[in-house]
Parts: sequence; C-alpha cells; structure tokens
Amino acid sequence: MSASAAPVGGGARRQDSAISRVWSVAAVPLVVTVLSVLLGGVIIVFSELLVPGHTFDLGLPLVAYSALVSGAFGNPDAVVSTLVYSTPLVFGGLAVGFGFKAGLFNIGAQGQFLVGALGAVMAGVALAGAPAPIAISLSVLAGFVAGGIWGFVPGFLKAVSGAHEVVSTIMLNYVAVQLLAALVSGPLKVPHSPSPVTFDVGNAAFPIILGRSGHLGIVLAVVAALFVWWLLYRTTWGFEVRAVGANPDAARYAGMRPKLITIATMTFSGALAGLAGSSVLLGVTHSMTSSFGTTVGFDSIAVALLARSNPLVILPAALLFGGMRAGAGLMQIKAQIPVELVDVLQATILLFLVASPVLRRVLRAGGRHAGSTGVDLTATSTGGDAVAV
Amino acid sequence: MTDQTGTRLAPALEMRGITKRYPGVIANNNISLDVHPGEIHALLGENGAGKTTLMNVLYGLAQPDEGEILLDGTAVRIAGPADAIARGINMVHQHFMLVPVLSVADNILLGEETMANRVFLDRREAHRRIVELGRRFGFEIDPEAKVGSLSVGWQQRVEILKALYRNARILVLDEPTAVLTPQETEEIFAVLRRLAAEGHSIVFISHKLYEVLEIADRITVIRRGKVVGERRPAETNEDDLAELMVGREVQLTVDRGISHPAGPVLRLAGLEVKDDRGNLAVRGVDLEVRAGEILGIAGVAGNGQDELVEAVIGLRHPTAGTVTLAGADVTGRSPRGMNEAGVAYVPADRHRFGLITPFSLADNLVLTSYYRRPYARGLLRDGDAIARDAAIAIERFDIRTPSASVTAGTLSGGNQQKAVVAREFDRDLKLLVLDQPTRGLDVGSIEFIHRQVIAKRDAGTAVLLVSAELDEVLEMSDRIGVMYAGKIVAVVDGRTADKNEVGLLMATGGAERPAAPVGVAP
Repeated sequence: MSASAAPVGGGARRQDSAISRVWSVAAVPLVVTVLSVLLGGVIIVFSELLVPGHTFDLGLPLVAYSALVSGAFGNPDAVVSTLVYSTPLVFGGLAVGFGFKAGLFNIGAQGQFLVGALGAVMAGVALAGAPAPIAISLSVLAGFVAGGIWGFVPGFLKAVSGAHEVVSTIMLNYVAVQLLAALVSGPLKVPHSPSPVTFDVGNAAFPIILGRSGHLGIVLAVVAALFVWWLLYRTTWGFEVRAVGANPDAARYAGMRPKLITIATMTFSGALAGLAGSSVLLGVTHSMTSSFGTTVGFDSIAVALLARSNPLVILPAALLFGGMRAGAGLMQIKAQIPVELVDVLQATILLFLVASPVLRRVLRAGGRHAGSTGVDLTATSTGGDAVAV
Repeated sequence: MTDQTGTRLAPALEMRGITKRYPGVIANNNISLDVHPGEIHALLGENGAGKTTLMNVLYGLAQPDEGEILLDGTAVRIAGPADAIARGINMVHQHFMLVPVLSVADNILLGEETMANRVFLDRREAHRRIVELGRRFGFEIDPEAKVGSLSVGWQQRVEILKALYRNARILVLDEPTAVLTPQETEEIFAVLRRLAAEGHSIVFISHKLYEVLEIADRITVIRRGKVVGERRPAETNEDDLAELMVGREVQLTVDRGISHPAGPVLRLAGLEVKDDRGNLAVRGVDLEVRAGEILGIAGVAGNGQDELVEAVIGLRHPTAGTVTLAGADVTGRSPRGMNEAGVAYVPADRHRFGLITPFSLADNLVLTSYYRRPYARGLLRDGDAIARDAAIAIERFDIRTPSASVTAGTLSGGNQQKAVVAREFDRDLKLLVLDQPTRGLDVGSIEFIHRQVIAKRDAGTAVLLVSAELDEVLEMSDRIGVMYAGKIVAVVDGRTADKNEVGLLMATGGAERPAAPVGVAP
C-alpha cells in the first residue's frame, strides 16, 4: 500500500515497514537540523569577516561546533547541565504539542510558564518549612494549576466567542510579565531587600539526584512525556483531542463536543507549561526575581514543531535545544562565537520546519500524510498522527 | 450527425495510446479517444477508472508517459491549462470555478479580459458578446446578475459561456448533471446539442448510463485505466454499458421489495430551524417516518434539507416545533444523545463529516462509540476490542483494505463510505438518516449500500433519505416528500411517482407559475 515501499520479498517486508515508520517520524527533524547546522556554519564563516582583523576561515565552524558539542555532552557535568536546560523545554514542548494535537496554537506557553513559576514560588515560600514531600508536591501542583488557569482563559474565550487563541495567548503573555513584576516587587518581595526578589522556597526545592545540579524535575519531565503519550494514544480523552484537531466537523457529527475539548485542551496545555515554570523555579533558581523570565516558552514552540507534536520525539528535540543552550558558553570561550549563534540556529531550524512540506515531498517521507496540506504550522505539526498511533 | 463524422478527414481531437503511471498504479493504460467536430463523445467509467487522469492529461495538468495528443491531425504538446485554453480546449468542472459575489460578466472576463485599451476593460463589448453568445445557444442571460444568486443550472450555463467566450472548440464537461434537476438536465442537453450542431466537439464525462445513452453520439467505456469498449447508443443499452463499466453483471436498480410499514418512529411537528446566518431555513415541517419504510426527501440543494437533517440528528436546535422519536420527545437532544437513542446518520460529505481521514480505519469505525464498552473502560481505550470488531466489520461490509490500521484517507471513496455505513448500520437502529449516501460512488458500491439500506428497512428501521439526486430518491423511497423553500410541499407515493412531476415540484414548489426567472434578474 505504501507507494514508496520497495518491491522486496515477504520476509524483509515487515522490517522494511518498521524502518520506514521510524524514518517517516525522524526524517524531517534530522534533515532540518543538519541543514540548520550547515547554514549556521556559513553564517559563522561570514560573520567573522565583520570583525576587524579576522580573516576568512573555513575551519572556524568546526571549532565552534566541536566546542558546542563538548560543552553540551563533553563530560558528566556538561551532560547534567544539558539535562537541566532541557527539562523545562520538555514540559513546554509537551504543552505546545498537546495544543497542536487539538488544532490549537498555544503561543502563550511563555505566559503560562511565568504564571506557573509564580504559583510554584508562592506555594513554595509558604511551605518552605513544611516536610519536603508535602512542600514539593503542593508547590508543583500550584504551578500546574496556575498555568492551567492561564491556559483556561484563552480556551474559554475561544469556545464561547471564537476569539483566536493566538491573539489571546499573546496578550496574556504580556499580562503575565507585568503580573510577575508587580508581585515580585510588591507583596512577594523580601522586606528591606535592595532588589526585588522573593524568599527562597526552602524545603520545596527539588532535591539534587544527579551530579551537581541534576534535580528531580528531569525525572518528572520524562514521566510527563510518557504520560502525555499515554493520554493521547491510549485514552478516550486523547482520542477526542486528536479527533477535534484532525477534523472538528467530523468530531462534532460523531457526538464529541469540540468546544469543551478546546477548553480542556488549552487548560491542560497551560498546566504543562506551568510545570515548565515550576521546574525551573523549584529546580534551579529557588526564588524569583522580577527579571525571572527566559525564552523557554518560545523555545518550546520550536521543540514541539521539530518533534511534530509527538510526545516521545519531544524528548530528543528538547535535548537538542537544551544542549545548544548548555554548550553555548564553551563555544563562546573557545571559538569567540557569541552565544547568540544558538538563537540563530533555532531560528533557522524553525524556518526550515516551515518549509518542511517541501522537504517532505523531496524526501518522500510524507507519503502517508498525503492529506496534510502543510499550509500553516498547525497543519504541519498535527500531521504525525498516523505514525504515532 | 453521427454519419458525418466518419467522412471527416481528421478528428478535432485525438488522444493516441495515452499511458500515465503514478507510483504503484497505471492510471491510464494505452487509452485512445477521438472526437470529431460536431460530435458528443461520452466517456463512461467508474470513479477511479482513469477519467480524470485522462482529462488532466488533455488539460495539460499532467504529462503523459506515453502517447500523443493530436489537434486537427497535428501532434501537440499541451504545457498547461493556459496552453490548453489557448488551443481551444476548455473544461467545465464538476465543482464550478465561479466567484459567487461577482457578476456573470465579471466571472466570464476573469482571466480573459476584453480590453478597450491597455488600462480599461471594454465592458460594453463584453456584455454584447455574452448576450449574443447566450442567444445563439438558446438562453437569455443577464450579464449583470450576481452568480451567487443564480440556480445551479444557470451557473452551469455561465461555465459553458465562459468556455465559449474563450472560443472553445473542444469542450470537456465533467459530470455536468450531478447537481441538476431533470428539467435543468434537459435544458443543458439542449444547449449541448446546439453547440455540437455548430461544430463544437464535446467530451461528456459521466457515470449515469441513461444520460450517456440520451446525449452521446459515441460512448467510450474505460475500466481500470483501459478502454474496454466503444459503443454507439443505438447498438447498446444500460445493462450492456453497466457490465462493461464494472466488468461483471450488475443489478442497476436494487429490488426494493414491498415495505411493511408499522407505527411512526420519527415525527416532526411544526419544525422550524434557522441556518447559520439566522435565517429561517426550515419553515414549519410536519412529517412522519414509519418503522420499516424509506421516506425520501427530494429537493434542489439549499431548500432547507441540510438544516432539517441537522435538527433531526441533534446538531442544530430547532427554534420551534418538536422532534419525537418512538413516542419520546427528543427535541434539542445532543448528537450523542440521539445516537444513543438509536439514530444513525450517514453524511453526504464523508471527508468532512463522516470520517477523520488521518485516523486509522479501526479508529474511524468506533468514531461514535469509542467511549463505550467494549471499546473503552472508563478513560482507557481497549485497542484489542477495537481491532477485533474492526476485523469483523471489514469482513461483513466487504471493506477492501490492506488492514484495519491504514488511514481512512488511503481508501477509495466506495470503501470509505462502506466504513461509514459499517459504523452506523452495525447495531439496532430506530431511525437511519441518510444524506446522499452514495454521492460520487461507483456502481458496485452504490448497489452494495442500497442493499444494506433495504435490509435495514426490512428489519424495521425507519429510514429518512435526503438526496439532491432525484434518481436515488425515486429508486429507493417508499414515500417521497418534496422540499421547497423550507417546507414539505407534497408527499407522493414512491412507487408511482413520476420523475417529471417530482422535478417540477422541486423547481416550483407546486405553484402554477414556472420557476422564478433566475438568470434574468439579479
């Protein structure tokens, strides 16, 4: 049935289809990453020419990339650091990817991330003296719920009034930034502290379980990925989510309620992003400053797109992006390439992903998704259904 | 006319030994087809037989792997649609390529602007030509009428005018009558005959046998990418053509037998339903469907049938009136509530409403029951139960598929619809709602689905059949309700109903005056 299957003998056929299954999931992310790395190399070579006194050096990309890789995976400490950087990206990638599965573009992961961290720090500070298991679980729960509220709002608005989630989640991102600044420099601020910072979360902090900085969140992230996969592919609710994402009309005709599912999906998506915030706060910073805020929410979109929303593929995708963040410092030291190159690489990955319908045609890896138009990002990223089931 | 064709030197169009391969299939295998000036040549074949591919080759949308195309005896290479149009080949698609908000003239001028000078259109000249062309082929058309306000039959005429305006010599019509009433079909046939009389060559694609017999000078039948026969209408009949087309003997009309209706199952009283824009689309319908009978609803598309169906299956809340199912008031119940009450529904557009094409066949078979035992226990789905019952359904409903795990989108149209039918029919039903259940299907699948419907009826299910295809309604229904402007204007006996009578009711609603003068006034 597969148009691309080679005419092989009966025995080899099963194996052949297993390989082609893996290939159809992995081909586009792999090719996109390789292309981005190559393009990044070109950018390195030419950007060097802008520095006075520097000359054309074809070897420089190699130096830079080897520093990047050894900074990310060169020794046990580097690996742990990569895992720590990857942890919030797993939660965030799951959040955005889960939304994609229901046909929703949750671009507000950043806001939900911040609000989730805020929830975690509030609970954590309040429970700083409580026994660790209670303090940790309630603080994680607080981040989960806070992110969920931040996801519920756009979901609710979409269901009742049709307000597009892209617009409302972007607006809520700004609200989250201001809310955080207001609380951290106001009610949550440590009295008489010269800078706006909250108290430490004390016993609510994640225990270190790996190396010097590997905290409990790493394990939670892996568990979350497995859980989301299970939810999507083994439960009736996941079936509804995927059905609404793939064809809301048919879902409605089949008796599902797309509006309710939209609300539930956005809420759960926000809650996952909230866990991303909790994992950074409880695992890394332990307190919050008014400048708390990374690009995790936005990087998560890239992770979800790269993994085409498959919860299990999100793990390596997050590892790639986390590794780049972890290794960027060493790259700057060894090759004098600014850490911002990592942003450039992420951006080119995104650009190539947007062009992935073309890539897939070239690769013929998308033969099974002939129906997917790939016109917008959502369509591209939800196309992975057939393979993952 | 047919006699002249033999004496002509070269056909206007000749396709010689066209072969077109796609990965895994040979869509066209050495197909030859020729059309002489003044000839109507019908191309007959089931869906997927290769008609569309052949026409895409002719229109330059695909290049043949082998074979050649000759126009007036000269071999040409057609680079694309623009090239085809420039050479006088024009296509009238099944789904009209018209912009509803633009006028007739603007639609015709799109892409073929008649310019007064470099900057401005010469509208007056364009209007003159459009009106003149219309008269020449027997209809008066107002170039300023908005296309969206025209009936389907008139929109088709606009499509044909568009082709003529571009000096088409060879006209390809893809299933032109699929959406027309019998009267409209007759009118279009008259236009086509006049076109042929003026020396145009016409390729008429269809799978309706009696139409082909009526309009064509020659009939070429293709099956699985190959020409399997060429006939002249005088030397063949419907059974012969059907057998050629399908490759085996088929029963064209399912013997519906005698119905034994019992008490009413579905009762609509004073039903009023609004459409998406808030206009009243169903204006007070009283209707009864009894157990063990098929009630057909005939009507030109857009007369409130969609809204009526949606109200019955729970997708749309009636603004007034009641829906009663087996004595219980079910007005305003949800689709799932109706489903659980024993109502099944087969939608017209299976891609949009009936299936989730990226999902596996097995998942599609449980699309309405996935949350119930045995397919789920609580939140947990039971993949084994789903797979087991999928295998049974595939067997019972003869769904041709490599396995239950392939995506529904990879199945042929007939097998997709069999999947929908398997899902909806495979339980005890009180009411079965069918909305054009065989649209776009091949003869074999239609036969199969009609049999299943009759079997359900004989098992005591009430069947409500809505179709814009009057033939299907006439063939299947025990009683026929004619819907016009949101009302049921007549209910007639399905066995004695006269096609023209019903067609007239569809077009006029039973009023004395003829159809509203569409096409003349905006």
